[in-house]
Amino acid sequence: MMAIGRRGVLAGTAGLLAMPAVRARAQQQGVKIGLVAVQTGPQAALGTQLRDGFLQGLKHLDGKLGGLTAQVVDIDDELRPEVAVTKVRAALERDRVDFVVGVVFSNILAAIMRPVTESNTFLISTNAGPSTFAGRGCNPFFFTTSYNNDQVHSVMGQAAQDEGYKRVFVMVPNYQAGRDAVAGFKSRFKGEVVDEVYVPLTQLDFSAELAKIAAARPDALFTFMPGGLGVNLVRQYRQAGLANIPFLSTFTVDEATLPAQQDAALGFFSAAPWAPNMDNDRNRRFVRDFEAAHAYVPGSYAAQSYDGAMLLDSAIRKLGGNLGNKDALREAIRAADFQSVRGNFRSAPTTTRSRISGSARWRSAPTANSRPRRCARCWRTISIPTPPNAGCADAAQA
Amino acid sequence: MTTQLLLVQTLNGLQFGVLLFLVAAGLTLVFGVMDFINLAHGVQYMLGAYFGASLAAWTGSFWAGLALALPAALACGLALEVLVFRHLYGRDHLSQVLATFGVILFLNQAVRALWGTAPLQMPMPEALSGGIALMPGLQYPVYRLAILGAGLGTAGLLWLLVERTRMGALVRAGASNAPMVAALGVDIRRLFMLVFGFGAMLAGFAGVMAAPILSVEPGMGDTVLILAFVVIVIGGIGSIRGAFLAALLVGLIETLGRSLMPDLMRLFMAPSPARQAGAAIASMLVYIAMAAILAVRPQGLFPVRAG
Repeated sequence: MMAIGRRGVLAGTAGLLAMPAVRARAQQQGVKIGLVAVQTGPQAALGTQLRDGFLQGLKHLDGKLGGLTAQVVDIDDELRPEVAVTKVRAALERDRVDFVVGVVFSNILAAIMRPVTESNTFLISTNAGPSTFAGRGCNPFFFTTSYNNDQVHSVMGQAAQDEGYKRVFVMVPNYQAGRDAVAGFKSRFKGEVVDEVYVPLTQLDFSAELAKIAAARPDALFTFMPGGLGVNLVRQYRQAGLANIPFLSTFTVDEATLPAQQDAALGFFSAAPWAPNMDNDRNRRFVRDFEAAHAYVPGSYAAQSYDGAMLLDSAIRKLGGNLGNKDALREAIRAADFQSVRGNFRSAPTTTRSRISGSARWRSAPTANSRPRRCARCWRTISIPTPPNAGCADAAQA
Repeated sequence: MTTQLLLVQTLNGLQFGVLLFLVAAGLTLVFGVMDFINLAHGVQYMLGAYFGASLAAWTGSFWAGLALALPAALACGLALEVLVFRHLYGRDHLSQVLATFGVILFLNQAVRALWGTAPLQMPMPEALSGGIALMPGLQYPVYRLAILGAGLGTAGLLWLLVERTRMGALVRAGASNAPMVAALGVDIRRLFMLVFGFGAMLAGFAGVMAAPILSVEPGMGDTVLILAFVVIVIGGIGSIRGAFLAALLVGLIETLGRSLMPDLMRLFMAPSPARQAGAAIASMLVYIAMAAILAVRPQGLFPVRAG
C-alpha cells in the first residue's frame, strides 16, 4: 500500500468475487494504454511529470509491455472531472484501450472510476489514492502504485507529534484529497489543531489565510498544496515573514515545485514516499536517465508512473501477452512481480488484516541551484502501519 | 477576529481588487467600445507575466523586465488585433467567443512549448522586498502595498485619460454608440486598435505586477479572466468607473468571505463541517453577489449604454 523502508507495496484492491467473463477481444499484437494526466492549466507540470515518468518506463522497456508493443493514448483531463469522463469514455469505446493509467488528482480519479471499471478495464492510479476507494469502496479493477492518500500525511502527523508541537494550523484544498490529508495528519498528531482552513483548488493568493496563520500563532503549519498552489503558498509564506513558523508539508515542496520556489523553500519540510536519492540500482538508473532526457528532476509523480509501467510489464509478461482473462490478469497485477524504484514491491494484503509497517520520508528542502533538489542528507524515515481499511478484504468482510 | 486582522484582510482585499481592475479595465473597454467579447484577454495577463519573468531574468533587473514587458505586451495585443480579432468585429458574439477561445488554447499551448509547463518565478525588486509589521507576527510585504499603489495610480490615470482627453471622449462615445461615432468621421478602426492594444498592455501590466507573488504558469490567466468578467458585468459593461468599484468590491468579497465565512458558519454548525461548508460558500460569494446586483440593476452598477 505504501513504501516500507526501502521496500514498497502495491496498493491493491482485490476482489474475492469471481468476475464474470469479459468481452472477448481478438488476440492482438499490441497493448493500448490510456494515459490520463493533466496537461493544461496551472497544474500541468504535475501531469507532465506523471506522463514523462511513464514514458521513461516504456523507454527502458524498449517500448514494450510484457512483450507487446505499447501504444499510449494521451488523455488530458484538464483537471475538470466532466472533461476527464468524456475523454476517458472515448478512449475506452473508440480507441479500445486495454488499461487506463495515470491521474494526478483525486477528484479526477473519482470521476473516471466508474466508467473505467464498469467496462471491466483495469485502472492503475500512479498518483491519486483517495481513501474512499480503499476498504469498503474498493474496486476489483482498481490498483495504485502510489499510496492511500492518508498515509503520506499521517507521516507528517507523526513528525509533528515527535517534534512535540502542541498547536498546529492546518490548511488544505477543499476536495477529497484535502480532506484525506487532514484525516491522515490528525490520525497521528495528538496535539491541538488550532484551525482548519479549506481553500478552493484554484486558489492563487493566500494573503487572507496567511494573516489568519499569523493571528493564530501556531507552533507549526501543516499543509498540502500540490503543484502551482504550493509554489504560490511557499513564496507568499516567506514574503509574509512567517518562515519562523515551521512549514510541514506534503506534495508542496518537491521536485515539481522547487524550480519555481527556489530559495523560498529553504528549510521547509516535506513528507514523501519516494525521493530521487533513494539508494537502489533501479532508482539510480531511473533518475539518471530521466534527467538526461528531460530538463528537470523527476518527482514522485514520475517515479510512481515509472513503477506503473513496470507493473504492467510484469503482469502482461506473466500472462504471455494474453489479456483476455481478467481474473488471471488481476492476479498477475496483484503479484506485483517487479523491482520498484522504491525497492521491493508487494500488494497490500487482500485476505487478512495483517498490518504492514510503512514509511515515508520526512525531509527539508534544499538550497537552490540551477536544478533545485531536496537536501540529500536531511531526511529521516518514519514508519506508519498501513491503515486496517486498505485493500478489498474489508469489503468482503463488511 | 481582531480589528487588526480585519484591517489586514481589508488591505488584502483591496490589493486583489486593484489587480483585478487592471485586467478588467481593458476587458470592459474592449467589450464596451467594440462590442467584442474577448475571452483571450486573460492570456494577455499570462503573456505579461511570462514576458516580465523572462525579461527580468535576462536583464537581471525587475525594473528593466517591467519596462520591456509592457511594450512586448502591447505589441502582442496589436498583433493579435491585426491577425485575428479585426476580422471578428462584424461577427456575432458566438463566433467571437469561439475564435477567442481558440486563441486561448493556442497561446496556452504556445507558452507551454516555449517555456515548459513548470512554473517560472520572477524575483521581487530589491527596494520593495521588505515587509512592514502591520500586526504581530505578520510582515506585510511592501511589494503588495506597491501593487495597491500602482493599481490606484493606474486607475487615476485612466480616469483622467477617459474623462478629460479627446481620445477619452471618443472612447466614451464609442461605448455608448459606436455607429454614430463612425458616422461623425472618426476612424473607428484606429480607435478600436488603440483601445485594444492599450487594454492588452494593462492586462500585461497586471501580469508583470502579479508575477513576483504568484507563480507564472500556463493557463494562469484563465482564473483571472472569469473574475474579470464578473467585475465588468457587476460594474456595467464599458464603464471604467464601474470596473474600478466592482473590482474592489469583488476583491473585498472574495478575501473577507474567505476569512470570515468559516467562522460565521461555526455559529450554526459543528466546527469541522462549518469549515468545509464555509469554504465552499465563500468561493460562491462573488457569484451570489453578482446575481444579487444583476437582479436589482440588470445593466450593472454604472451602465454606459443608453436603453
